[in-house]
Amino acid sequence: MAANKRIMKELGDVNTNPPPGCKITTKDEDIYNWDVSMDGPDDSIYKGGKFTIAIVLPKEYPFKPPTLSFRTKIYHPNVTNDDRGAMCLGMLRAEEWKPPNKIADVLKLVRAVLSAPQPDDAVEAGIADQFKNDRKGFDKTAQDWVKKYAK
Amino acid sequence: MDSEDEVNSVVSSVDVGMDDDDSSVDFGADSDVEIDDHYQDDAAFETQEKDLMPKKKAFEVDYRVYSPEDIQKQQDKQVAEVSTLLEQPHEITAILLRFGRWNKERLIEKYMDNQEEVLDKAGLGQDVYKSPPRIDPPRIFTCDICCEDGPHESFALKCGHRFCVTCYRQYLFQKIRGEGEAARIKCPGDGCNRVIDTKSLDLLVTSDLTDRYHELLMRTYVDDKENLKWCPAPNCVYAVECGVKKRDLNKVVPTVQCDCHHSFCFGCTLADHQPCPCSLVRRWLKKCEDDSETANWISANTKECPRCHSTIEKNGGCNHMTCRKCRHEFCWMCMGVWSEHGTSWYNCNRYEEKSGLDARDAQARSRQSLERYLHYYNRYANHEQSARLDKDIYHKTEKKMTLLQGASGMSWIEVQYLEEASRSLQQCRQTLKWTYAFAYYLARNNMTEIFEDNQKDLEMAVENLSEMFEKPTDQLAALKVEMMDKTTYCNRRRVILLDDTAKRLKDEQWEFNVELS
Ligand SMILES: [Zn+2]
Ligand SMILES: [Zn+2]
Ligand SMILES: [Zn+2]
Ligand SMILES: [Zn+2]
Ligand SMILES: [Zn+2]
Ligand SMILES: [Zn+2]
Repeated sequence: MAANKRIMKELGDVNTNPPPGCKITTKDEDIYNWDVSMDGPDDSIYKGGKFTIAIVLPKEYPFKPPTLSFRTKIYHPNVTNDDRGAMCLGMLRAEEWKPPNKIADVLKLVRAVLSAPQPDDAVEAGIADQFKNDRKGFDKTAQDWVKKYAK
Repeated sequence: MDSEDEVNSVVSSVDVGMDDDDSSVDFGADSDVEIDDHYQDDAAFETQEKDLMPKKKAFEVDYRVYSPEDIQKQQDKQVAEVSTLLEQPHEITAILLRFGRWNKERLIEKYMDNQEEVLDKAGLGQDVYKSPPRIDPPRIFTCDICCEDGPHESFALKCGHRFCVTCYRQYLFQKIRGEGEAARIKCPGDGCNRVIDTKSLDLLVTSDLTDRYHELLMRTYVDDKENLKWCPAPNCVYAVECGVKKRDLNKVVPTVQCDCHHSFCFGCTLADHQPCPCSLVRRWLKKCEDDSETANWISANTKECPRCHSTIEKNGGCNHMTCRKCRHEFCWMCMGVWSEHGTSWYNCNRYEEKSGLDARDAQARSRQSLERYLHYYNRYANHEQSARLDKDIYHKTEKKMTLLQGASGMSWIEVQYLEEASRSLQQCRQTLKWTYAFAYYLARNNMTEIFEDNQKDLEMAVENLSEMFEKPTDQLAALKVEMMDKTTYCNRRRVILLDDTAKRLKDEQWEFNVELS
């Protein structure tokens, strides 16, 4: 299968040269399900946290974007505050995803969004509001959640 | 200017004065009718025909139904026209128009203003038509999608983003088949915004996709035009043109009938919901979805917690209730705080206690609002159900008509009144159904009574006719005249109700207990 070679190459690349703060494993040789352990970026309020992120590659990959969900609870306007912990941003949208894009690029984007949340693109309107209008309160909850869930 | 007049005449039943906002001019000038001689002839014919017909009612709007061929012709005509103006080939013009969402005027203006920028934004670098697109012969390079080195055939747009043909085709397959995209598919290159032109697509799109691709191009044309909509009936291929704008929808319920006979609202494409404006329909359907299943049961078997208002079901005989959500303890009988009851567990003797009085009051108010909702909902649902049954009646009617022919020696034409009666019943029921949603949101003022009278009259007329319909077939022949009269009466009552409601809606005479959004 053509997709296999591409995915194997990506896996090889992220193993020899992983994106900053990321460790990637696959379950039982299943190359369509990636587990990522990501450190909260140092320049973000998520610093010190360790987040587990599941990445699922659709069978149409790389023609369809991967889906990404936080397995670790995180207080963030761009991550759904439910048991899916879904993040849908920029290149992860079907209309913006381009087949040459790589999972490593996706992970870099995730880190960028952790450092700089994008409230105007939010999936959690309430959290986005707080981020914009009550930054102190937002920071506090986000840090509390890091202590509570991401240690 | 000419085109503006055109639009106003198309929407003659809508207040012309509403067209005061500048943002509309773009769409107005964009009307398809004015550029097409063929359609203009048709329009002239229509006016003639209309002179013979009774004057249009306040609840009717002007509209036209188009076949896929009409739409294709319209598109081609517009492309041809703009093509001459911009001095660009048909292909390029088509891309530009699709890119500009078929807003001719704006496109031409922008193009004249800055040709280079427009071409660039539409994904057409200046040199796009110097050399025709081609698939390049096999060579060795690493395709950035499949990561294979080849040798493989490849393709690149003018931007130079080269991929193997297999990947390119798979990309197009995903866009066309998977995402239903056609008019604005971009180069697969990372971050590249160049739109793939039709010539390149024709070269790359596999034959099994061509039909779907052209169908999608047609779809985007209609989807891009505010004054065009597809008929929502399943498998219907027609589109309808209507000049009513989104912002007019609180003043008019633009109801159109497709050539497939499906009546629908041009505003929201739901089935005919006159006289209820779109926003109230949306609200009502949402409410029904949230409430209806449980509403009946709730009203009989439950109460609300006096503190947090979550619904509490009473099971068992004990009056000492504990809210599962907020742990509030209260008495089922008097709704008062349980602690005030002391040890008199089995007999509530605190009926006059203050906390209980207040809680009962609040409860009564919320019950009242539920009961009010149920009052309207039951009637709405009743007509909806009857209308659904009427679909069966239609088939029954056909059977009856055949039977009646045999029994009375009447001809097929002579038994048509049964079908007319059946159709009238369905239509009136549909209207009645929505009068209840309308009434639910209607705030009382001195006009409400007129509405309720009209509603009552129509309801009675419908029930009368409906009753007659249930008579055994051997009696139907004798009832022909009476039945025809009742059918006419039903239709008239419906028109009166719709006409009056629409007029007052337009004049903003109704007051609603919610904001029209
Ligand atoms: Zn390839
Ligand atoms: Zn490109
Ligand atoms: Zn239709
Ligand atoms: Zn509507
Ligand atoms: Zn409670
Ligand atoms: Zn009591």
